[in-house]
Amino acid sequence: MLTRIGAADGTPISFSFDGQPIAAVDGDSVAAALLKAGQRVLRASTVSGAPRGPFCMMGVCFECLIEVDGVTNRQACMVRASSGMVVRRQDNTAGALIA
Amino acid sequence: MTHYDVAVVGAGPAGMSAAIESARWGFSTVLFDEQAAPGGQIYRAVEHASPQMLGVLGDDYASGKSLVAEFRDSGAVYLPGATVWNIGSELQINFSRLGTSSEVSAGSLIVASGAVERPTPMPGWTLPGVVTAGACQILLKAHGLIDDNVIFIGSGPLLWLISSQMIVAGRKPTAIVETVPLARYGVALRKLSLDLTAIKYLRKGAAMMWAAKRAGVPIYRDAREIAIEGTGRAEAVSFHANGQYHRLEASLFALHQGVVPNQQITRLLQCEHEWNQHQRCFVPVLDSYGEESVSNVFVVGDGAGIGGAKVAALQGRRAAKRIAQRAGEEVGTELADLQTRLSREMTIRPFLETLYAPSAAVVAPADTTTVCRCEEMTAGQIRQAVDIGVPGPNQVKSLLRSGMGPCQGRMCGLAVAEIIAQRQGGSPCGADYYRIRPPLKPLPLSELASFNGASTDSSQVQGAPSHD
Amino acid sequence: MTEVVDLVVIGGGIHGCSAALHAAMRGLSVIVIEKDSVARHASGVNAGGVRRLGRHFAEIPISQRSMELWNDIEALVDDDCGFTRAPVINVAENEAEFETVENRAAKVRALGYEHEVILDQTQLREYLPAVSHHCVGGIATIDEGFALPYQTTFAFQRKARSLGVKFREGQAAARVWRQGPDWKVECLDGEIFTGRFLLNCAGAWADNVASQLGEPVPVEAVAPMMIVTNPMPRFCDVVVGATARPLSLKQMRNGTVVIGGGRLGRAEPSTNASEMLFEQLRLTAETAISMFPIMASATIIRTWSGIEGMMSDGIPVIGRSSTQENAFHAFGFSTHGFQMGPGVGAIMAELIATGATDVPIEPFSITRFSGSHARKNDAQNGSALEMD
Repeated sequence: MLTRIGAADGTPISFSFDGQPIAAVDGDSVAAALLKAGQRVLRASTVSGAPRGPFCMMGVCFECLIEVDGVTNRQACMVRASSGMVVRRQDNTAGALIA
Repeated sequence: MTHYDVAVVGAGPAGMSAAIESARWGFSTVLFDEQAAPGGQIYRAVEHASPQMLGVLGDDYASGKSLVAEFRDSGAVYLPGATVWNIGSELQINFSRLGTSSEVSAGSLIVASGAVERPTPMPGWTLPGVVTAGACQILLKAHGLIDDNVIFIGSGPLLWLISSQMIVAGRKPTAIVETVPLARYGVALRKLSLDLTAIKYLRKGAAMMWAAKRAGVPIYRDAREIAIEGTGRAEAVSFHANGQYHRLEASLFALHQGVVPNQQITRLLQCEHEWNQHQRCFVPVLDSYGEESVSNVFVVGDGAGIGGAKVAALQGRRAAKRIAQRAGEEVGTELADLQTRLSREMTIRPFLETLYAPSAAVVAPADTTTVCRCEEMTAGQIRQAVDIGVPGPNQVKSLLRSGMGPCQGRMCGLAVAEIIAQRQGGSPCGADYYRIRPPLKPLPLSELASFNGASTDSSQVQGAPSHD
Repeated sequence: MTEVVDLVVIGGGIHGCSAALHAAMRGLSVIVIEKDSVARHASGVNAGGVRRLGRHFAEIPISQRSMELWNDIEALVDDDCGFTRAPVINVAENEAEFETVENRAAKVRALGYEHEVILDQTQLREYLPAVSHHCVGGIATIDEGFALPYQTTFAFQRKARSLGVKFREGQAAARVWRQGPDWKVECLDGEIFTGRFLLNCAGAWADNVASQLGEPVPVEAVAPMMIVTNPMPRFCDVVVGATARPLSLKQMRNGTVVIGGGRLGRAEPSTNASEMLFEQLRLTAETAISMFPIMASATIIRTWSGIEGMMSDGIPVIGRSSTQENAFHAFGFSTHGFQMGPGVGAIMAELIATGATDVPIEPFSITRFSGSHARKNDAQNGSALEMD
């Protein structure tokens, strides 16, 4: 489980992920906040529908693709979470998402 | 269209140093970086790091703070949140920022886009809950997050660094599963030149290892047949070490086999590369100032060959000084001084490269191991393609789609090049890599439709304020 | 060292590989000399369209012949080539364009061909429910499709190899000359190949050979630009073109959308370089979104280009050399040669082996570029420069 060290001197914020509220701190990337909240599966792989989640956290692997405020294929690790943000898993294929 | 004398891509130590030096000489300078704040990966989030974080992360990290401050004051135009997606043959730079794409032109280009993790294909590596050691560093540096049940797997100084940081923060890894064969320590020590820099470095490394031992972190050496196991998510890692089978459960698994140059921009520009068998990666072919075969393009920092933060900063300055010298400025002995300092900083490299060369298993993964994560191609499928006469990585890409996913080969390119070369009975040669095409990162079709490069002026370029 | 064969083919694209295969099927010994690697250029990077629709009238017989081979491609090359059947529709975006396609359909029927049909508003939407509301109809060929260009060309190479064809890749043919009854081809590295017959399939570089035969031709190296997107929800089972502006759009089996149409980047044939020109490519993006509003949510994963040989009149050079015995040409396919590959190879092999072919190839003669024989194509031949 991911825990935060030191005083939480950041402003608490909250955004939604597939309708569920996610608590985060201002400055968190969406990927970091989701991992902290225990959400490791962000999408289904495009070929086989296998579960995938963040891997590199620096915008290189493209595993953390999600929909942010209606725009698809955003890298969650490159998007700064903000209050009221609507984040959703996206369905890249006709296959079902394994949650 | 806005024109700059010098354009820098990347806000790590190399890029920042290049921009500072360039601005000092009076060149109009712009620096593009994808992240929201300067520092690259090594100094990520250093600008606003709390004293506690600086204490956890160590002095090397903290030393980045003054460099960032100097960069902020340098007078270079700083464009955070800018994704460079194309660089043309005349150094026109297309980038996306705040949902709009624009274009600037540059007289010289300094590529400082750093390194990426070496691909580490192994069974189960695509399961959710498997990350890189670099990802753990980012979670810690940028977000103060540490996992209380993480196992590090692989080799490289970073494993020991993160482990010691965790211990300072009052946590510790669940285990370290190192893949370095014991015999390699002896071989590596013979490559060690015992100067002050090297000794300082060795002592730091030894201290980190000792800290892990003292904290009671289980350490496994020379691990083989590593597999990540789990259904729907990573649950355990199994391996053999010391003739014994082990299976360890954890919640996060962090892989690492060193870092390699990020080739996306240098390949896009069709710069010449060579295969460095010792480092087992491609490096751009550069002259002694860091200039590429493509004129007016310099590559500095880890993208020029792995050298670390100090080397990166020196190379950044060297490139900008060289540009100044070529513009007729009097640089005196400054260039020669930098070269001397650079040689000193590089003496530790042969030792590190030998000791932490990638494991046999990741450069020659089993047939069933996924190598191209985006398109889910296995090592066996790539070998089969070679067996029926597919001559190289680009043709393998055309046939099997490996490298056609959004990462455009960042995760698989090196592994695919090695697998193909091995199957053909040799080593890769410099040209044996995916042809990299724009956009460097995915670009919304609608953003291209409304792109109007010729009319980009400086107000569009600088858009939002440069401070967050 | 010289190797003596029946046929030396210069150029390892689809036309060279197809001709080599068909020649080998007729019992000829063949060597293919390729300066880079098979399918390195246009043949490996085109849009993969397998269509008869919208062709210059002179091309229709070749295209029909080729389509017969496509319909049984797996039997020919032991590979399905990724051939997917789909209608091809050129969409008319206004009444004037609709009239244009109606005129064309009438002309094609008058020539005795049945494959091009008109679609009205309603019929268009049966095939393309996602097409923009401003589109009024189109012209279509129903039994068409698309394939994977590299996989296809490589399959031709492999099959040809299995029949004894030798391939020399990374060998640039530099000098060609006749010695007695034979053709000699010397490569940059000094190796010399000898053959009874010579076939010039060198694409954008074909004039290097043609000039040496005393029949220079104005082949222009062009770089048509392509876009591929992320996988999209399925919305299109047709290969789409436009009538008045360059577009080709198709959705692949994996959901990605491949967009071409022929807007040109910058080609540098001497270095094999082709560069994207985004000021032009953005028009392709605009056209795609305009015709299919769903594309407004698409993401470009990659763009690419490659080097193609374009003739000034938009149709290839196919046939005998006009100046030399036992020398032949098949090049300059002007961005629409992929579908023709299987057929052109069969035709060239027939011509070389037997001295004649029943498919009319006179309109493609190289003589149309030589001095007094030069004549321009006029509109009534139905030429329209289109991408596959």
